Amino acid sequence: MNRRTLLASAAILAAAPAFAQDDPVKVGFIYVGPIGDGGWTYEHNEGRLAVEEHFGDQVETVYQESVPEGADAVRAITQMALSGADIIFTTSFGYMDPTIEVAANFPDVVFEHATGYKRAENVSTYSARFYEGRAIQGHIAGAMTESNRIGYIASFPIPEVIRGINSAYIHAKKVNPDVEFSIVWAYTWFDPAKEADAARALIENGADVILQHTDSTAPQAAAQEAGDVITFGQASDMAEYAPEPRVSSIIDNWAPYYIDRVQAVIDGTWESQDVWYGIDQGMVEIGEITDAVPEDVREQALEMKDAIAAGEYHPFTGPINRQDGSEWLAEGETADDGTLLGMDFYVEGLSGEIPN
Amino acid sequence: MIALEKRPQPSRGWLVAAPLLAVVLTMLVGGAMFAALGVDPVEAIRTIFWDPLFNPQFASYSRPQLLVKAGPLILIAIGLSLGFRAGIWNIGAEGQYIMGAICGAGAGLAFYPSESLLIFPLMALAGALGGWAWAMIPALFKTRFGTNEILVSLMLVYVAESILASVSSGLLRNPEGMGFPGSRNLAQWDAAANRELLANTGMHWGVVAAFVSVILAYVLMSRHVLGFNIRLSGDAPRAARFAGVRPARIIIFCLGTAGALAGLAGLFEVAGPAGQISIDFNSGYGFTAIIVAFLGRLHPVGILLAGLLMALTYIGGELAQLMLGVPGASIQLFQGMLLFFLLGVDVFTNYRLRLGRREVA
Amino acid sequence: MDFGSINPVLLVASVMVSATPILLAAIGETVVERSGVLNLGVEGMMITGAVVGFAVAVNTGDPASGFAAAALASAVLSLTFGVLTQIFLSNQVATGLGLTLVGLGLSSLIGKPYEGMKSPTLPKLDLGPLSDLPVVGRMLFSHDIMVYLALGIVALVWMFLKFTRAGLILRAAGENHDAAHALGYHVVRVRLMAIFFGGACAGLGGAYLSLVRVPQWTEGMTAGAGWIALAIVVFASWRPWRVLVGAYLFGGVTVLQLNLQAAGADVPVALLSASPYLVTILVLVIISARGAHAAPGSLGRPFHASQ
Repeated sequence: MNRRTLLASAAILAAAPAFAQDDPVKVGFIYVGPIGDGGWTYEHNEGRLAVEEHFGDQVETVYQESVPEGADAVRAITQMALSGADIIFTTSFGYMDPTIEVAANFPDVVFEHATGYKRAENVSTYSARFYEGRAIQGHIAGAMTESNRIGYIASFPIPEVIRGINSAYIHAKKVNPDVEFSIVWAYTWFDPAKEADAARALIENGADVILQHTDSTAPQAAAQEAGDVITFGQASDMAEYAPEPRVSSIIDNWAPYYIDRVQAVIDGTWESQDVWYGIDQGMVEIGEITDAVPEDVREQALEMKDAIAAGEYHPFTGPINRQDGSEWLAEGETADDGTLLGMDFYVEGLSGEIPN
Repeated sequence: MIALEKRPQPSRGWLVAAPLLAVVLTMLVGGAMFAALGVDPVEAIRTIFWDPLFNPQFASYSRPQLLVKAGPLILIAIGLSLGFRAGIWNIGAEGQYIMGAICGAGAGLAFYPSESLLIFPLMALAGALGGWAWAMIPALFKTRFGTNEILVSLMLVYVAESILASVSSGLLRNPEGMGFPGSRNLAQWDAAANRELLANTGMHWGVVAAFVSVILAYVLMSRHVLGFNIRLSGDAPRAARFAGVRPARIIIFCLGTAGALAGLAGLFEVAGPAGQISIDFNSGYGFTAIIVAFLGRLHPVGILLAGLLMALTYIGGELAQLMLGVPGASIQLFQGMLLFFLLGVDVFTNYRLRLGRREVA
Repeated sequence: MDFGSINPVLLVASVMVSATPILLAAIGETVVERSGVLNLGVEGMMITGAVVGFAVAVNTGDPASGFAAAALASAVLSLTFGVLTQIFLSNQVATGLGLTLVGLGLSSLIGKPYEGMKSPTLPKLDLGPLSDLPVVGRMLFSHDIMVYLALGIVALVWMFLKFTRAGLILRAAGENHDAAHALGYHVVRVRLMAIFFGGACAGLGGAYLSLVRVPQWTEGMTAGAGWIALAIVVFASWRPWRVLVGAYLFGGVTVLQLNLQAAGADVPVALLSASPYLVTILVLVIISARGAHAAPGSLGRPFHASQ
């Protein structure tokens, strides 16, 4: 049990432990789903394990799974801070307001909120440029589709998902002008049966590539059953479906960031920041591109990956028009982060409307 | 042969002993489960039942949180218990809770960013009305056509969830929220916030309403003729009809009250602890409250205690996850066990075991 | 808008597969409710079946054993509900909700080691010339055995309830348990058997999810299917054949909705996902307005012989 106890009074909300050199740093994680989801939460937990591995006895990690967003989140984060955590990662967008609220009460604990936009002295935000990975997926998908129809299982109409669709579409279109996207909004992050149904519906409607922005591996299984359909792992590698149907994947690799930030706490150099890391910093990883992908396509994909990592290529580089035909980015212009963060429109060529 | 024989009157001794026995049994079986998971059972049980109340590190925070967690459970359960006493099975409180939150928050947000003092009362009123109206659907179908209210109210939960998903990414979406689903944060808007009334007590308007509802329900059920009629309708529907009790009135009253209280609970939650309408801000309070109502034996004071006990297992369970690293699922299982044991041993309150030949009834 | 890409044959075939889990769970629950017991724990039993079926199939390499084990495990779990409600006379609604809690918790503890694994799945049944028929071959005769088994169970339940003496006793217990008791029937025993059967069916439904329809084990994978099964029973006004219609309709709405989206139609998703429940309410109201109180008379009421 941690020796650093807190004053049991009204003052607790203002007090926090002083650092003792010989004490391990306590690192807390709040998860939105169960660790066993095989996707989003699974990868955050892999990051936690990497922190343990890297620092050994220097750190102690704690976590809580399936914390509902809202009232329960405030309590879970507070209790974690009370338990003596020095740094707490809150790993879902819905924890934004709760994180800010709790952070105000614990000025000496530092917080890291994933995918949000509100910060404070002791609250950083971090997110990953998944759209960079989507560009590479789009390229492979566009090059490999024979039916010219690519199915996309989307979760909720939020900027991150819309960004992914746009990025994938632009790059699929680039290699294959005839390509069409069929987008299915599943209105869930995680419902294996519904995701499987969505994948089947897309396949039956002629799609031979399935991209997914939901977290379970059910679409992979559905594609395998159908045969002659390729898929990409989402959030985690989903390598058990390689080499086919899963031909590549976007992996959320939080480990380097988590290790970096915990190190900063140990060194006493932690400062509030806002990062949006991509392939460059290794937060977005491209899982192995399997032999099912033709050699030349694979090479182009890897080239694109290197160009993005080197900062030579931005996936949203003009000319790009909005869906209604109005100009968004002029020739050579690249998208600014502000627009990308709030993206609520399709690019030209995509059909259908964004719900609501 | 062992047989159960109905007691002429509920046993007073068992009334007290049954819950205690159930808790002890849960500790034993749950302890075995924790041991099987490789966690020290004594420590696990202590963390769940003791630490939230007395651990110097957490207690000053988690004790008030007990009220925050128990408040909506009690408020909803009190409303449900009226109907359950009358034999009216509203199991759709979750839907009424959601609709109350949506209507209340919507009524408030319509006036954003006004700082009028009337906003919060207006929201509370709209919340209660929203829940009431949602409960009136099964009530009217039942009185008009005799439609089964269990099923209609349950179906309406799913409809309410669909509406919630739709408004949180549409109608009520925060225009400054960067396109993310979810309404403005009501807790950060002074006129609409359901704040802690006394610092560090967890007391907010929802908890106050819960306590008031306990008292009113107690008075209603034990002192008022309407309470008598409700109980009569449940215990002896035919006798009630002969006594001139109009079943339709009882149905409308019970379902309406339950809906209004659930709606209020939803509004207080969304304006306070939860802060905003979002796709899944509802965390199953409406269903848990059914459990609370039965654990409390449909008695107001019992419900108060059951609500607090349930809240304790939630908060203690969270602490156990945090401090001991037990999986969240084991806490769910633990709660299920507690419920099973409580329901199981309760039989001895109304029945006694008889050894010997079974009598022919 | 172009719906040309929706192939009705494949659509029907998909519906048959996607409706099978809820059909199995719903037909089991129909029997339970016809005996006068309301078991709200379908979700908990389904997910227990899903994990046990998956675990056993992985370990034995044989999906059939997986299904058998799933049915048995869920049936045994449902007996805890049976014992509590029938012998200890606890409230059925509360106990059913408790069963859901227990099932969800238990399943994720059991399932931890099986996350991310793949299991053997059921082969498509080769029905010889039937499968080769144009249109109907692909639509109706190209599935795995569980799809047909589920249909078979529906038929058996229908015959059992309608034509057999045991079915008559079961219905009597459900309509009026006091009268059934007075006639000398063992109401409690009948109900325990019904609950056991309901549990087994829910277990099969769950295992179909984890072994065929998805197929993998993930925590919380039933995602509300058990509650839909409960709705279907009501929608069907407790009649086996209507359960079949209801399950295909509920399964169908989801699949159709996804297909319409895939074909590029603008679909009001929220409205459509609520539509089966609205339809169910409508059906309930119509049935009751016509004066036929379809619900079994003793549904959800506790029974004790001395009362």
